[in-house]
Amino acid sequence: MTPPVFKPVADHAVLVTFGTEIAEDTHRAVLALDRALMADPPQGMIETVPALVNLLVDFDPLVTDHAAITSDISERLTGLRIETVTGRERVVQVCYDAALAPDLAAVAKATGLSREAVIAAHLSGNYRVLMYGFVPGYAYLGGVPAPIRVPRKPSPVRDIPAGSLLIAGPQCLVTSLTMPTGWSVIGRSPTRIMTRDQARPFFFDVGDTVRFERIDRADFDRLTRESAHG
Amino acid sequence: MADVTLRVGFAGPLVTFQDGGRRRQLRYGVSASGPMDRLACQAANAALGNACDATAIEVSLGGLGLTCHGGAVTCAVAGGAFFLDHNGQRYASGQVLTLHEGDRLTIRPGRTGSWAYLTLAGSLRCPTWLGHSATHAISGLGGGVIATGQTIPVDDAALRRDREGAIAGCAVPADAPIRVVTGPQEDRFSGSALRHLLSSPFTVTDAHDRMGMRLEGPVLALDGALSIPSEPILRGSIQVSGDGVPTVLLADHQTTGGYPKIATVLSCDVDRLVQYRAGQPVRFAAVTPDEAIAIVRHDAQARAACLARLGTARGTLEQRLMRENLVQGPTWE
Repeated sequence: MTPPVFKPVADHAVLVTFGTEIAEDTHRAVLALDRALMADPPQGMIETVPALVNLLVDFDPLVTDHAAITSDISERLTGLRIETVTGRERVVQVCYDAALAPDLAAVAKATGLSREAVIAAHLSGNYRVLMYGFVPGYAYLGGVPAPIRVPRKPSPVRDIPAGSLLIAGPQCLVTSLTMPTGWSVIGRSPTRIMTRDQARPFFFDVGDTVRFERIDRADFDRLTRESAHG
Repeated sequence: MADVTLRVGFAGPLVTFQDGGRRRQLRYGVSASGPMDRLACQAANAALGNACDATAIEVSLGGLGLTCHGGAVTCAVAGGAFFLDHNGQRYASGQVLTLHEGDRLTIRPGRTGSWAYLTLAGSLRCPTWLGHSATHAISGLGGGVIATGQTIPVDDAALRRDREGAIAGCAVPADAPIRVVTGPQEDRFSGSALRHLLSSPFTVTDAHDRMGMRLEGPVLALDGALSIPSEPILRGSIQVSGDGVPTVLLADHQTTGGYPKIATVLSCDVDRLVQYRAGQPVRFAAVTPDEAIAIVRHDAQARAACLARLGTARGTLEQRLMRENLVQGPTWE
C-alpha cells in the first residue's frame, strides 16, 4: 500500500486519498482505514465518509485540528492490513419483468445479447458496496460484468420510482427515492435500502458483498405489498 | 391534544421544519440538513429559552402566513431582514411576541436575507427521520415541507412574557469576505482559476436552494481531466462543473460527487453566505488551515456569548420598569 495523501478541508475535515484511479486495492485501503477509525476513533472525530479512492474524516475544530488528527490517523495506518477487510453478504431480490425494466430491451440491443442473457449476466456479477452518495440511501455497487456495461444516457429521465435497479458502466444501484436518472433501468426490487428499521436504517454497509436473487412478478407484488405494511 | 394549533394560510416553496440536523450519517448518503443559517435559528430558539437545536420553522423568500388557534403561545422570529406583521403591527426580524387565539402572523422577506426562523415556546409536532425533524427538502424526509392549508400542532405551548420585545442578532457584518481554505482539488485548476476565485467578485444566481448556491463570475478553468473519482462533499464545498461554474454546496448537499472542489467555505461563514440573495456580490478570501481553526474557535466563543445573552430573560414590562426605577431612583415625588 502506497502511503496516502492528507489534505486539510476547511476548518473541520481531512481528506485521506489512497490513489487517483478506481481500483480494488485502493478501495480496500479506504475501508480498512475506515474500520480502524470507527473501532478506535481519534479524539474529536465526528464521522468518516468512505468513497472510491479516499476517506473523509470530519472533526470538531473546538477539540482537535488538522495536524493532530492527521497524526492520529497516521498512527492507525501503521500495521493496517487491507487484505483482511471483508463485508457481510446481502441478498437483494429483483424482478426483471418488462413492465418494471423499461431499459432492458435497449441494454440487450446495445450489448448484442438477448434479454435473458443480460439478466443472466447481471445475476452472475460479484457486487460490492463501494460507497453511498447523491441522496440518502443511494449505495453504489461495483461489479457489473463487462458484457453488460453500458454508458449513461445523454440526458436524465425524470421520476424513476424508488426500488429501481440501475446500471451504468461497472456500477449498479437500487434506488431508495423517486429521482431522475441517466442510468439504465433493468429491474425493480422490493428490498428497501432505507429499511425503516431504527436499529439498522440502511440495508448495506460500505464493503458488503451483494448477491441478486431473481423473483417473478407475483412475488414482487406480494413482497412490495408486505413491505408497504411492514 | 395540542395546546395550540397553527393554521398555515400561505407558505412559499421550501418552508420546512428544521431541528439542529442529523450528523454522522454522511456515510449513508445523508447530509445533516438542519437550518441553512444555523446561527439565526439558534438565536430564535435562545430568545425563547429553548434548547438551541429545538425544531423551528425555516421560512424561505416565499414567506409564511399563519393564524393561532386553541390558545396563546409566545414565539420568536430571527434571521435575514424579514418583516413580520402581527395583526397589523409591523416588526423587523429579531422579535419575540405572543400569539393569542385568532391572531395572524405573516413573515415576508425584506431588502436582504434569504432565510428566517420561527420558533415557538413549546414543541412543534412533526415527523422525525433518523431521530431528527430536520427536513431534507428534495426527498421530504424529516419533519417535511410545510404547505398552505396545513395545521401544525404545538405541544406544551407556553407564554414567556418576560422575553417579549426586539432581540439583537448574533451575525457579523454581511459584507465581510467569505473565508475559505483552498482545495482539496485546487491543483486540478489552471493557475488563473484560484486567482479569479480570490480576487474577482462573484454574483449569487437565483439557482439557490437548500442543496446549493450557484455563482456567476469568471470561468474557473480546469487543467486536465474534467472529473475525478466520486469523493466526499461537505457543506461549504465549492465544486466546479465542467463549464467552469462554481456551486457552493449547502445544508442538503449531495454527499459525494465527481466534480473537483477548488475551495471549501469555513463552517462559521456558511451561515452568512446562505443569506445572500440573487444578484448580490460575494467575495472570497483564503486562509490557511491553521488560521481557519483559530477563526472558528474565536467565532464559537462569540456565538456562545451572544446566545447566552439572548437566552437571558429580560423580564416583563413591569419587572423592567421596576429595575429601571431601582437604577434611576424614583421619578415622581
